[in-house]
Amino acid sequence: MIENNIAALSSYAGDIDGLISLISVIVGFWFFLAQGVFFWFIFKFRAKSGVKAQYITGELKSHKKWVTIPHFLVLGFDIIILVFAIRVWVHVKQTLPEPDSIIEVTGQQWAWSFNHPGPDGELGTDDDIATVDELHVEVDKTYHFILGATDVLHSFSVPVFRLKQDAIPGREITGWFEATETGTFDIQCAEMCGIGHGVMFGRIIVESAEDHASWVASN
Amino acid sequence: MTSQTESSVETHAGDHHHEEGFVKKYLWSTDHKMIAKQYLFTGMAMAVIGGWMAYVFRMQLAFPGEAVPGYGLVSSAEYNSMVTNHGTIMIFWVAMPVLIAAFGNYLIPLMIGCDDMVFPRINRLSYQVFLLSAIVLIFSLFVQGGGFGGAWTSYPPLSSESQFNLQPLAPSLWVIAVALEFVAFLLGGINFIVTLMNSRAPGMKMYDIPMVIWMIVLASIIFMASVGPLIAGAIMLVFDQLLGTSFFDPGNGGDPVLWQHLFWFFGHPEVYVVLLPALGIVAEIMPVFSRKKLFAYKTVLYTAIATGIISFFVWAHHQFISGIDPRMANVFTVTTLIISVPIAEMMFVFIATLWGGSIKLTVPMLWALSFVAEFMLGGVTGIYLGASGADIYFHDTYFVLAHFHYTFFPIAIIGTFAAVTYWYPKIFGRMMNATLGKIHFWGTIVAFNFIFIPLFMLGAAGQHRRIYSYELFPELAELQDLRVFATKAMIVMLAFQSVFIFNFFKSMFWGEKAPMNPWRSSTLEWTVPSPPPHGNFAVLPTVYRGPYEYSHPDREEDFWPQDEAPITNG
Repeated sequence: MIENNIAALSSYAGDIDGLISLISVIVGFWFFLAQGVFFWFIFKFRAKSGVKAQYITGELKSHKKWVTIPHFLVLGFDIIILVFAIRVWVHVKQTLPEPDSIIEVTGQQWAWSFNHPGPDGELGTDDDIATVDELHVEVDKTYHFILGATDVLHSFSVPVFRLKQDAIPGREITGWFEATETGTFDIQCAEMCGIGHGVMFGRIIVESAEDHASWVASN
Repeated sequence: MTSQTESSVETHAGDHHHEEGFVKKYLWSTDHKMIAKQYLFTGMAMAVIGGWMAYVFRMQLAFPGEAVPGYGLVSSAEYNSMVTNHGTIMIFWVAMPVLIAAFGNYLIPLMIGCDDMVFPRINRLSYQVFLLSAIVLIFSLFVQGGGFGGAWTSYPPLSSESQFNLQPLAPSLWVIAVALEFVAFLLGGINFIVTLMNSRAPGMKMYDIPMVIWMIVLASIIFMASVGPLIAGAIMLVFDQLLGTSFFDPGNGGDPVLWQHLFWFFGHPEVYVVLLPALGIVAEIMPVFSRKKLFAYKTVLYTAIATGIISFFVWAHHQFISGIDPRMANVFTVTTLIISVPIAEMMFVFIATLWGGSIKLTVPMLWALSFVAEFMLGGVTGIYLGASGADIYFHDTYFVLAHFHYTFFPIAIIGTFAAVTYWYPKIFGRMMNATLGKIHFWGTIVAFNFIFIPLFMLGAAGQHRRIYSYELFPELAELQDLRVFATKAMIVMLAFQSVFIFNFFKSMFWGEKAPMNPWRSSTLEWTVPSPPPHGNFAVLPTVYRGPYEYSHPDREEDFWPQDEAPITNG
């Protein structure tokens, strides 16, 4: 459902989209059923001359079941949604797969700065490649990102990856992603960060192994 | 206590009615009905300001960089200030004063059968503090650096340090205005709770209290229980801003996430603080115009109480991706989805109330029914956001924005129109024009959906919030048509409000005189003249039955006033 609105280009984007589709099916069914019954009742029980309304307190068990049965069904469907939601959450946010490479992402008013490992593949050495508003990654590789902020809250968001994580000054938060297709995509800041919040944007460039190697070499 | 005894002397009956001067009557009144009107008119005036802001920033979104007719060019700082203050105003200065303060004040004494609030002077003080808070907020829009632009959630360090928000004064004034507003509602809330518990008419048992009164009082209790941590947080925030403390400054040992917990510990119960009175209004109107008893009164009441309690355990669903320990999300996603059960139950009860009814689509009934229809979409879209895995994507997108407008619009706007059109004859003694009312209803409801369904689509496409122009973002820039469409729908909706304003004021002076009980309702406020005199009841009523005895099989009449003495069979 979401993939019709925006491409799904990370290893876990499909999991999140699948969860959203599942929720859509469940709540969509209930929503249209409830609306249908609601409008049917409004039509069916419209005032007619000479017809008096029924006197139903709703306190009898035989009446109340019309509310309590749906009540337990809603609870049951909530549990189904919860099981899948937590599974996706644990996979995306709570577990960190072994990284192929590590990058640093820092939010500041009003730009993203990135630090990539240089030719030695290690972060924190002299050959690191620092960029602003432009992040280069290799396709089909698992990246850890170490996210920080220098001033206020920011939120590192890559919609095509279904990736979003707030950045907090004074803290380092580690997350991960794995891009599945090459191309150039938007990076947003999804947390209000001041008057330049609207211009705080970056691009993520997902490259093939050869392209990425030549970009690293050229820096 | 002195105010209580004094006031009962002052207002004990309508029989020796004395004329009061203008100031005493309109500005310094302790009469709950006058205070209610003050809240109503102040809330409506603030709604006009909030609506104007929505007009300006939606125009900027649809036509970025072009001068907005009636306003001019919108800078990014002005844009931030408008979205911030639009949210703040609509929740704290429209939804709360109108739904809780105005209708709480007006209805509680009349519907439980007493002459006034227990503490009339505290009531007056409550409105005066509220008015002061509104003045401080409006003043904050015009200080150096413009109105506060750090979003209505006011997350530090952006809100706490002027080197980051470039606003030396507005953030502090904003916090002070909100804190004053809380003081006003604490004063009002104490009054509501004490009045309901102590001043009910003889014979009115707990299950005979009209649902709207229960809901307003429950909302007051939830508000009082949740607001403490935020007031503490607000004091820390003002100290950070003005005295250089560092409660939320990570560079000096503080923690910005602490604010988020304090804010949302209040902020999520606050949703139910405004929701419950709106549900109560719907529960009041539906039985009248379907001539049916409210389905399962006790279930509704206990469901509302359960909702209130659960609402204290869901706050961190606003913080799934804020950097809290990811394991915590698993707890809060469970509590959040659980809260959908009582809310769904409430909707089922409303639908069940219609079964077997004799439904008349009057203007108040149209509003009440549309509340259910629209709120259901707000409710089900909340499931996406409460499900932690899906929230990773939807967090801080327009999907969130559309979701909460599908809850807050029914609450604050539809709920208000339902209440105003239903109780207008009682409050102002005249009937509103029904044809104009229906034109206003359809214009508003249709346009409302055309505003926010496109915003769901934009959110699904990943559009993030509080951005004053999307031209920079290649993936989002191409969706401009949806933004223009939503803005046009909003202009149509705002235009239709002129029909309401015209109807509201014209009917006040030239409307048809309202009888005592135009809707043939059975609750106590309809047993006094329209408008009710000072002191409300000539003889204080005695209550014999519940509030929704419509179409009782033993009676010829299809309603049974709560205070009508039963015929004793000797």
